[in-house]
Amino acid sequence: MKILAFAEQRGGKFKKVAFEVVHAAKKLAEEFGGESVALVIGKDIHDIAPQVGGYGIHKAIVAEDNRLEFYSTTAYSKIVAEVARSLSADVVIISASAMGKDLAPRVAAKLNAGMASDCIDIRRDGESLVATRPVYAGKALIDLVIKSPIGVFTLRPNVFSPGIPDATIASVDKLAVNLTNSDFSSKVTSVSVTKAGRPDLTEAEIIVSGGRGLGGPDNFKMIESCADVLGAAVGASRAVVDAGWRPHEDQVGQTGKTVSPSLYVAVAISGAIQHLAGMSSSKYIVAINKDKDAPIFQVADYGIVGDAFEIVPELTEQMKKVLGKE
Amino acid sequence: MKLFVCVNQVPDTETRVKVAQDGKTIDRSEINLILNPYDEFAVEAALQIKDKTASEVTFVSVGGDSNKEVIRKALAMGGDKGMLIKSDAVGDSLTVASSIAAALKDTGADIIFFGKQSIDYDSAATGTMVAEMLGLPSATVVVKLDLDPGARKITCEREIEGGRETVELTLPCVITAQKGLNDPRYPSLKGIMAAKSKPIQEIAAGPVEAFTEVVAMRKPPAKQPGRILGSDKSAVPELVRLLHEEAKVI
Repeated sequence: MKILAFAEQRGGKFKKVAFEVVHAAKKLAEEFGGESVALVIGKDIHDIAPQVGGYGIHKAIVAEDNRLEFYSTTAYSKIVAEVARSLSADVVIISASAMGKDLAPRVAAKLNAGMASDCIDIRRDGESLVATRPVYAGKALIDLVIKSPIGVFTLRPNVFSPGIPDATIASVDKLAVNLTNSDFSSKVTSVSVTKAGRPDLTEAEIIVSGGRGLGGPDNFKMIESCADVLGAAVGASRAVVDAGWRPHEDQVGQTGKTVSPSLYVAVAISGAIQHLAGMSSSKYIVAINKDKDAPIFQVADYGIVGDAFEIVPELTEQMKKVLGKE
Repeated sequence: MKLFVCVNQVPDTETRVKVAQDGKTIDRSEINLILNPYDEFAVEAALQIKDKTASEVTFVSVGGDSNKEVIRKALAMGGDKGMLIKSDAVGDSLTVASSIAAALKDTGADIIFFGKQSIDYDSAATGTMVAEMLGLPSATVVVKLDLDPGARKITCEREIEGGRETVELTLPCVITAQKGLNDPRYPSLKGIMAAKSKPIQEIAAGPVEAFTEVVAMRKPPAKQPGRILGSDKSAVPELVRLLHEEAKVI
């Protein structure tokens, strides 16, 4: 089995998801007694490419071109598909990041390949490769197999371990990039940061979320203070977003982000089924709510039934002590 | 402009999913089906273009007769006609995309809109696959869209981790809509009445073979309710201790 791992970089730096994908590809190749190769696409990236060696893939292919500085769905997918073909890859693995979710379906369509999106597990079962992925925003899980000669898999960020890197340096093969202007019929021209200083919900190790019980947008300051002490992302329930208290990109749940942090703190969120679907795969859940019957307590590891306005500031202070941030 | 919006029918967000007898799909009894929420933003995006620039808007859906309900729902918001690509096959993103691409190939579509994903299988793939099959540029998860009809150019913003990318693309193209792109209009009573007489063309999907096979569906392992540590701030030190020492997440 030959596996191609797309190692995502932005701005000349690997994303954490790149190493998650590389390590998962390496492990799968071992299970099947196959080979894995990493692909890095961008501008000025040949210096970083050898890093994939530390995460288990010892050969990196680099597609480098000034025009590839920013993502282009058309150009990137062309390169991934061409490399997959030239390697006779059986499996292409890509992160289910914003870039990967856009890239993978194009690659699958180019290769006429079956695709499994947002997988939380990929494993050998006999001679088959079985992927597990959530559907209905996590209300159910499916196991699926791909029947086409080549399969495309995207991996949910924050779920697969990148492993512990060692000092191995990967060898680098430079690909002759052969792109014309028509390959950039869709291209990113600039990237802007909307939330400087706070991690993104889908990448965060810790999320502090607020719900309608907070009463109004100003009371999110308390949530933000707590989040900042923890280096956490700030989330919100759908009710809060629909009321215009928080931007839509903060929404956690079935019509928002599905998240899997190590710790999810739900403040004044009752736990509607569509919210629970989006966050119940978090490793640890804390619920703070004054309604003891709120459904959120059914999924919480630790709960405090009480007034958020009293408890959250105290939590922030206590966290500062533990984390030495006083 | 010739605009198409692909719409899907999905169980509503309040649905409690039960696994059906076959162990591979959900039990569809007692399920309330709705227009996929993300598709509403796609519908609105097309209708806003039609409000400004003379356009024909067609709503397209792949599935059985019940999919006409979501086409009618979209038609009640506005637009001109519907297209039902009839298919009873168990498909996946690639087969649905093939059916749509085949149906729209020679229509002279300027923009084909989708929701960024359907909230049933959550693959977020069909729109991009259709773009690839038709050789069109695309932008996905779009939260801002500026069309220059004269230059036949779109500048849009798509959501990425912690920020946005500005994407430029030329028509014809595919756009997938994210929540935040607009505020979808509510169908007016007049719109609902008018939708009843708007035509829905029915075409048969060609034979398709899915490359993915679901071998099992199950509920995720149920979480055990945890410990209630108290009812006021005196419980906080214990919570912090547990997070630090037991869960080891801080």
